[in-house]
Amino acid sequence: MELNSKTPPGPLANKWEKAKASYKLVNPSNKRKYDIIVVGAGLAGGAAAATLGELGYNVKCFVYHDSPRRAHSIAAQGGINAAKNYRNDGDSIYRLFYDTIKGGDYRAREANVYRLAELSVDIIDQAVAQGVPFAREYGGSLDNRSFGGVQVSRTFYARGQTGQQLLLGAFQALERQIALGSVKMYPRHEMLDLVVVDGHAKGIITRNLATGRVESHAADAVVLGTGGYANVFYLSTNAKASNTTAIWRAHRRGATFANPCYTQIHPTCIPQSGDFQSKLTLMSESLRNDGRIWVPKSKGDTRGPKQIPESERDYFLERKYPSFGNLAPRDIASRASKEVCDEGRGVGASGRGVYLDFADAISRLGRPTIEERYGNLFEMYHDITAEDPYEIPMRIYPAPHYTMGGLWVDYNLMSNVPGLYVIGEANFSDHGANRLGASALMQGLADGYFVLPVSIGDYLAGQFGKKVDAGRPEFAAATAEVQDRVSRLLGAKGTRTVDSFHRELGGIMWDYCGMERDAEGLRKARTMVRELREKYWREVKVLGEGEEPNQSLEKAGRVADFFELADLMCLDALQREESAGGHFRTEYQTADGEAQRDDDKFRYVAAWEFTGEKSEPRLHKEPLEYEEVKLATRSYK
Amino acid sequence: MTWVGNFYRSAIGKKAVMAVTGVILFGWIFLHMVGNLKLYLGPEHLNEYAHWLQTLGSPAVPNKGMLWISRIVLLVCVVFHIHSAVALTIVNRKARPVGYRDRDYLAATYAARTMRWGGVIILLFVIYHLLHLTTGQAHRDFIENDPYHNVVSGFQVWWVAAFYIIANLALGFHLFHGLWSMFNSLGLTHARFNPWRRNFATAFAIIITAANISFPLAVLTGIVR
Amino acid sequence: MNLTIHVWRQKSREAKGGFVAYKAENISPDASFLEMLDVVNESLIEKGEESIHFEHDCREGICGSCGMMINGVAHGSRGKAMATCQLHMRHFKEGDEVWVEPWRARAFPIIKDLIVDRSGLDTIIQAGGFISVNTGSAPEANMIPIPKPVQELSMDAAACIQCGACVAQCPNGAAQLFTSAKVSHLGLLPQGQPERYERVVRMVEVMEEMFGSCTMFGECEAVCPKAISIDFIARMNRDFIAAKFKSQKEISVGV
Repeated sequence: MELNSKTPPGPLANKWEKAKASYKLVNPSNKRKYDIIVVGAGLAGGAAAATLGELGYNVKCFVYHDSPRRAHSIAAQGGINAAKNYRNDGDSIYRLFYDTIKGGDYRAREANVYRLAELSVDIIDQAVAQGVPFAREYGGSLDNRSFGGVQVSRTFYARGQTGQQLLLGAFQALERQIALGSVKMYPRHEMLDLVVVDGHAKGIITRNLATGRVESHAADAVVLGTGGYANVFYLSTNAKASNTTAIWRAHRRGATFANPCYTQIHPTCIPQSGDFQSKLTLMSESLRNDGRIWVPKSKGDTRGPKQIPESERDYFLERKYPSFGNLAPRDIASRASKEVCDEGRGVGASGRGVYLDFADAISRLGRPTIEERYGNLFEMYHDITAEDPYEIPMRIYPAPHYTMGGLWVDYNLMSNVPGLYVIGEANFSDHGANRLGASALMQGLADGYFVLPVSIGDYLAGQFGKKVDAGRPEFAAATAEVQDRVSRLLGAKGTRTVDSFHRELGGIMWDYCGMERDAEGLRKARTMVRELREKYWREVKVLGEGEEPNQSLEKAGRVADFFELADLMCLDALQREESAGGHFRTEYQTADGEAQRDDDKFRYVAAWEFTGEKSEPRLHKEPLEYEEVKLATRSYK
Repeated sequence: MTWVGNFYRSAIGKKAVMAVTGVILFGWIFLHMVGNLKLYLGPEHLNEYAHWLQTLGSPAVPNKGMLWISRIVLLVCVVFHIHSAVALTIVNRKARPVGYRDRDYLAATYAARTMRWGGVIILLFVIYHLLHLTTGQAHRDFIENDPYHNVVSGFQVWWVAAFYIIANLALGFHLFHGLWSMFNSLGLTHARFNPWRRNFATAFAIIITAANISFPLAVLTGIVR
Repeated sequence: MNLTIHVWRQKSREAKGGFVAYKAENISPDASFLEMLDVVNESLIEKGEESIHFEHDCREGICGSCGMMINGVAHGSRGKAMATCQLHMRHFKEGDEVWVEPWRARAFPIIKDLIVDRSGLDTIIQAGGFISVNTGSAPEANMIPIPKPVQELSMDAAACIQCGACVAQCPNGAAQLFTSAKVSHLGLLPQGQPERYERVVRMVEVMEEMFGSCTMFGECEAVCPKAISIDFIARMNRDFIAAKFKSQKEISVGV
């Protein structure tokens, strides 16, 4: 299998224009004759479904939530980047492109990232027109703030809920199309398999979560906007239901999975407080604009934060990265925090935490300004920890947050399975080995509003008259497989709950495939994951029936797929014998502990092909060509 | 004019009608209370005021003309006020066919929660009040055109006075919520004046109730005889 | 800490439901209410009983999935309003008896246990809760300046997470706070002006087909996790009344 990125030739700045000009078009009056399945209705899926509906296609949109407005995009707090240069601080499309490539530690595809930067400005226009209430200056123009890894102010925000506001924009556009009849919504439907007919993605199998019925749906193309897989760690900032099943099932049907080991650990989360903990809560990166991160200089200092004098504090990010300071990129900030905690200088009862202190900012700007900027985040922290961050510094610790890896897609966002498109966090495309803050919203919306609705026409134009209906044997076969899995899970009748397995799996992944990895640990983790997986199928206890609402069964299916993915993540981390972005191999670091890439050997996308449950996945490499950017060692010092 | 029916068919329309009719009824109640204060000035003043009411607008309109016009307006208001309340109550009951085992109120005042029962008490009271002091059928010593006598002799019966007091307390609660709620029903929200809405409702509810209750109390205690 | 929880169990929409008492043992005061239910569910499954079904997802108070009546109050918080997932066990006392019921409204039929069907709220959005602008046709974002106070007020309304607590807590089962938040979010912004009056009429009409009406109890505001003000209801009423006094032609040209 050869992975062709189909990147258009020519200068970087003209590639997207060129691609659009080369796409075959679908006659407007024929568009309604095409059925498109969109799975997921977050920023990527919701925007895509709405836009495809506006274009006149016949869209079926599937979500496992009760409403498309609940997708996990909603939880994004801080903001969305766009190269508007409203601040006149030297920003440009090129700079956003460059920052993103560099932030991703030179492991992303140049052309995709450049297109993302170009489209970022259109996203803001679109969102404002939809009524997204972005923060404003007193003069009425849009306000910006700064985010990690950059030195310009290009982040647009809507209080602490930019994700919700952008999602509501897409959701409202989607609801409008539903009302107009161009989109049919299938809430409480979980995709459990992809149906491939003659090599093309032509449908999906879903389970109706309200009734338990397994259903087949056929279409001319399938779009997956189903998000990331950080919940493989059990404790992450992802919503509880976020899972890998949709993309994993597509992977098993032939779609290659790219860079699964690139996972992002976010530096500013509320530390875990006990075994009961079901998820971790993110504190927006925007807090690092005004908060200063520190730990005591000496080990085992048990004094309260206010008792520790200035001279005995170590503002380690400011010390190590003077030019970016507290706004160092996520991977770097996270690892630095882990390091000081490993040295025994961590704070809080567990010793796994660092202070994020606003005392300076409050005395400089006054409490009202801080309240206006971060009020709801401070409240959230106060509610969870019962500590008032205006008085005592916040305690934060890194937590799994985002996954840069995902299904491999070409420049047009199509996977290697013709007709299967993957957008947003579910694909691997734009963030390389590390994502910069406020870029996920940007990518989801760029894919959903502007790229996919145009690029999919190129495929569909060639599919006219090749309609497939759900009566084909491929659908029956896939349905039988889904039902078989359901009955195997229900039939295991073991002794352990799904959550207990998930927690154990998460522990293994965090310990061996988390912030720091090494070959020995990864090999060990693979064995442990495989053993646990076998145990899972024997000993899991799932009560209830298949043909009814059954939350244990839903979880059981998702965790089963996490097991398979976990193994692939370890394998991918193992083969990548370098450190890059969120993937840090302790064997490969510079003298001062920074990530050491090996551009000669690993400047490629690792795309894995599924070869069967019993055999090892096959690695395909898409070399990354850098025409514009000169590869350099990332430095934020 | 279909828009009128259309408007009234919607719940917000009904609430607006309820608010407007409520305001009219409130205005009338307020004037009624102010006029009745003449009770404290003595029989001549009250009876003269009653006579003035009957001849108001004369000779442009026949005797009692204005009185009847206002009675018709009030009756229409009462009908719509009650009709909208009943219709909305039915809608609201249907909106939650199965109730909670145990529910708690965080913000709803006692007044807000008793609007419907309060309304029923007020309606019964108004009927009795008309029979008692306007037409006299429910008064054992009724003298036509001598309201002062009718009031004083009427309130000398303790249970009649008690009923008036209870009914006016119900009216007070009804006004306390109604006068506040009507601003919202009519969409009257304004950052500067919003805090005044509660004060307005509280003040008028207290003034009207206190004055109305003072009449039977004054008679019972012998201040007015 | 140890508590007794009485939870409404109902197998399906048609089935008859009832309260079942469970012991919640060794609960950390730092756990959230949902994490307490997780612990109870783990012990139920171990005993061979089906877990209590409830909706939840982000567990940080923004997705709006979770929601249940806890001791007769939507989301269970009597102080600062918050979503159920943000309610921590430190708000309860050792030995407390806690009653947990699903949202109840005709428009919210029960699917299972504490899960209800809230799709009626989406139906209200479909009636007009949007600005009709196709992708690609947007003007430059800074073309229309929006005064900061207007944006702030619009944002106050836009903060709604569509959890349905307002309906659940309202003695009338009304969805006015939800609908008014949506109407005001768009109606306050310059971009929302062209459809302002048509929008409010369409959304209100659909809302009234399913939900009760407002009697200004103020209960919705008290339980709203985003503290959305009932002043938005007045704003919606004003727009609706104004729309009804306009001619169709005036409405269609947006004046």
